Amino acid sequence: MDVVIWSRIQFAMTAAYHWLFVPLTLGLALVMAVMETLYVVKKDEFWKKTAQFWIKLFAINFAVGIATGIILEFEFGTNWSNYSWMVGDMFGAPLAIEGILAFFMEATFFAVMFFGWNKVSPKFHLASTWLTGIGATISAYWILVANGWMQNPVGTTFNPDTVRSEMASAAAFWEVISNPVAVSKFCHSVTSGWVTGGIFVVGVSAWYLLKNRHSEFARKSLLVGAIVGLVGSGAVMLSGDSSGIHAAEFQPMKLAAAEGLEDGGNGAAFTIVPGIKVPHMLSLLATHDWNGFVPGINDILNGYTDHEGNVIPSVAEKMAMGREALDALAIYRSTEDPEIKAEALEQLNANVQYMGYGHLEKPEDVVPPVGVVFWAFRFMIGLGMLVALVLLLALFAVWKDKLADWKWLLWAAILCIPLAYLAGQCGWIVAEVGRQPWTIQGLLPVGVAISSLSAAAVQTTFIVFLAVFALFLVIEIRILIGAIKKGPEVEPLEA
Amino acid sequence: MTYVLLQNYWWILIALLGGLLVALMFVQGANLHLGNRSLSDTQKRMILNSTGRKWELTFTTLVTFGGAFFASFPLFYSTSFGGAYWVWVLLLITFVFQAVAYEFQNKKENLLGVQSFRVALMANGLLAPFLVGTAVGTFFTGSDFTVNKVAITDPSAPVISTWGNAWHGLEALGQYHAVLLGCTVMFLAAILGSLYILNNVDDEHIQAQMRRSVKLSIGPFLFFFLSWTVILLVRQGYAVNPEGVIYMEPFKYLHNLLAMPAVLVMLLVGVVLVLISLWQGAFSASRKGIWFAMPGTVLVVMSVFFLAGFNDTAYYPSCTDLQSSLTLDNSCSSYFTLKVMTFVSCLIPFVVAYIAYAWYQMDRKKITAQEIESTPDKY
Repeated sequence: MDVVIWSRIQFAMTAAYHWLFVPLTLGLALVMAVMETLYVVKKDEFWKKTAQFWIKLFAINFAVGIATGIILEFEFGTNWSNYSWMVGDMFGAPLAIEGILAFFMEATFFAVMFFGWNKVSPKFHLASTWLTGIGATISAYWILVANGWMQNPVGTTFNPDTVRSEMASAAAFWEVISNPVAVSKFCHSVTSGWVTGGIFVVGVSAWYLLKNRHSEFARKSLLVGAIVGLVGSGAVMLSGDSSGIHAAEFQPMKLAAAEGLEDGGNGAAFTIVPGIKVPHMLSLLATHDWNGFVPGINDILNGYTDHEGNVIPSVAEKMAMGREALDALAIYRSTEDPEIKAEALEQLNANVQYMGYGHLEKPEDVVPPVGVVFWAFRFMIGLGMLVALVLLLALFAVWKDKLADWKWLLWAAILCIPLAYLAGQCGWIVAEVGRQPWTIQGLLPVGVAISSLSAAAVQTTFIVFLAVFALFLVIEIRILIGAIKKGPEVEPLEA
Repeated sequence: MTYVLLQNYWWILIALLGGLLVALMFVQGANLHLGNRSLSDTQKRMILNSTGRKWELTFTTLVTFGGAFFASFPLFYSTSFGGAYWVWVLLLITFVFQAVAYEFQNKKENLLGVQSFRVALMANGLLAPFLVGTAVGTFFTGSDFTVNKVAITDPSAPVISTWGNAWHGLEALGQYHAVLLGCTVMFLAAILGSLYILNNVDDEHIQAQMRRSVKLSIGPFLFFFLSWTVILLVRQGYAVNPEGVIYMEPFKYLHNLLAMPAVLVMLLVGVVLVLISLWQGAFSASRKGIWFAMPGTVLVVMSVFFLAGFNDTAYYPSCTDLQSSLTLDNSCSSYFTLKVMTFVSCLIPFVVAYIAYAWYQMDRKKITAQEIESTPDKY
């Protein structure tokens, strides 16, 4: 396998590991901040001890999120050298702002939250707990602005003198940070973290209830967790819907792959699983029109007219125009003759919007792995719905005071913890595998974004990172289980 | 705001972040004492918990330093990180272990035992300052890379920045001038660490050990720092003419120092502050040396960055292809990106203020053995 594949595998692995720790950080942050607020408002020691227990689990998880996160940031440079230069002007700013605005907030107030119980006032401590979570959430916003830009690169122009995509104007920055793809991605990712945090708290509390330990602590924690998780589930569904509309608008190939849609058409049906379809549903979701045209994979390859009447060229035509742009760029960069330079520039500008396509070898390169995206999409939705259902039932059981009786529900809640993680991973697979071969949609394919390294070098670091992360994951799970078994210090064992 | 002004402003911010990063490496230096056999386990945990309240600041500064470099001088990010691959990967691995070492080391389920995580912290304590110092050292010695922007039109080899050898950065270990800076930063971090613990922990034996450590480090630190500086001032440097053509100039960095009196003053004030802190740590009864050492370090590191990048100098030179060398002008972000980020940078004083407030609140009481033995809120 070549260096492109290894670079992708390494980045995907790092991102996937990072996303094992981030959702719990985002979700638990909200849960524990709510609990500590209850303590400060009600002045009830019970809530203090409860919050302290969940903060302890938060801290164990937080460390590994930091460890995987730093590797991700630097991999943009170490493994995606061309990418760093060619889009660094657009992509670097959100990353730097993330550091300045979010990371310092998280780092500073995490230390106060963790060590400060007996050092600062209860209100300052409460503020620190909230600020740790707010910092994590702001951080998610900026990195998803960066990611959203990769999916829908707004506000940029190609500069042949520097050979990169540049910020078109100071106002373009607002386009970048209010990019609709970024906004819905942020909402979708953060609230899916609330679901993960919610079901984690519900599941762990369910385990105490099954063991007949810490019953009051478990019931009240479960209630907070279920509410946070359900609010998250609702928001995940809404933002997921707008993510779908954005895919239809900006990344039709991703939508076609997620739907396994070979040939599109008017009034396209939504496939629930192969063989079961809802007529017209896909057109309605993607175009908000019962009979709107949704392109399939073959339409995109061969060219089509979209539901607004725009004629989209075939991939082969785009590749030819892209090749012309690249040839013109080569001439522009090598000649000193002002006339030839001007002519080359004109030819470049005429074709520049398809320049990324000029790097492709064959039209089929624009098709992502359909099977992977199709099934990841279904698992994401199916598992997400299942988790939401269990959260809803848990809330219902609290209301009817049936928690102790419905042992099956308690078991289901525990089982849903890994399922929520799986749903989150599937979500990122849809988002990232679904946009292959592009690092930047339409502008920069993965094969051109890389560093000049040997496959063996990247293979080596991949194996090292994989081993290190796997070790950390195993240790973290062991420590979490140990802390859960030990339990909160709220009341003596009841058993 | 002109483009040149913005470029210079961002180089100042990069220098500031670099200075803060080195100053905050007191965390790395202090963790070296986890291997001190004369300290009891409780005393080691006092040190661990003292750095444990600060390590995320150092770590975050590193991440922000990287992010800000990416945003303001992306060609450096793509050239150095993608090229000097092994140096950066090695640095990252030591930081990755550091990130989990605090939380994991005193948990019985940690599989590897407390000693392994202490070794990881000590490895980070030695290697992180050394590697960062050596990498900055190559700002003056040059590296083996080529930048060719037309490469992207060639499908068979599209990468713009390519490294010239398979060592991918490790060859810098053979450049003695860069290594001298690496050793300087390593001993500086050790001194900063000892001064910080001296200030932050109330324990007589620990304090005596810290003063001893400062005393032992003074010699090697001054030796490495002075030899690096002398060689810097006599070596030829990478100069840029107004057309952007890079050429070698004898005594370039000495010329820079004399051409920029403000930098000379910064450097001297910084050095004096560090010397005062050394005297306080080693030969007086004062525990406040760290408050001189940190600002002194920031000033010295900033002046080193200024010597590398200002006064028409290529800050990341290529010894393979002189014209591939990176200057502030040929490696920076676009005008609008720098401008937008300049507005964002106005929030930095606010960030510094809340960090200072939180630090003050948390450190009003020094760490004592009694606290470490009785509190549940500890690593």
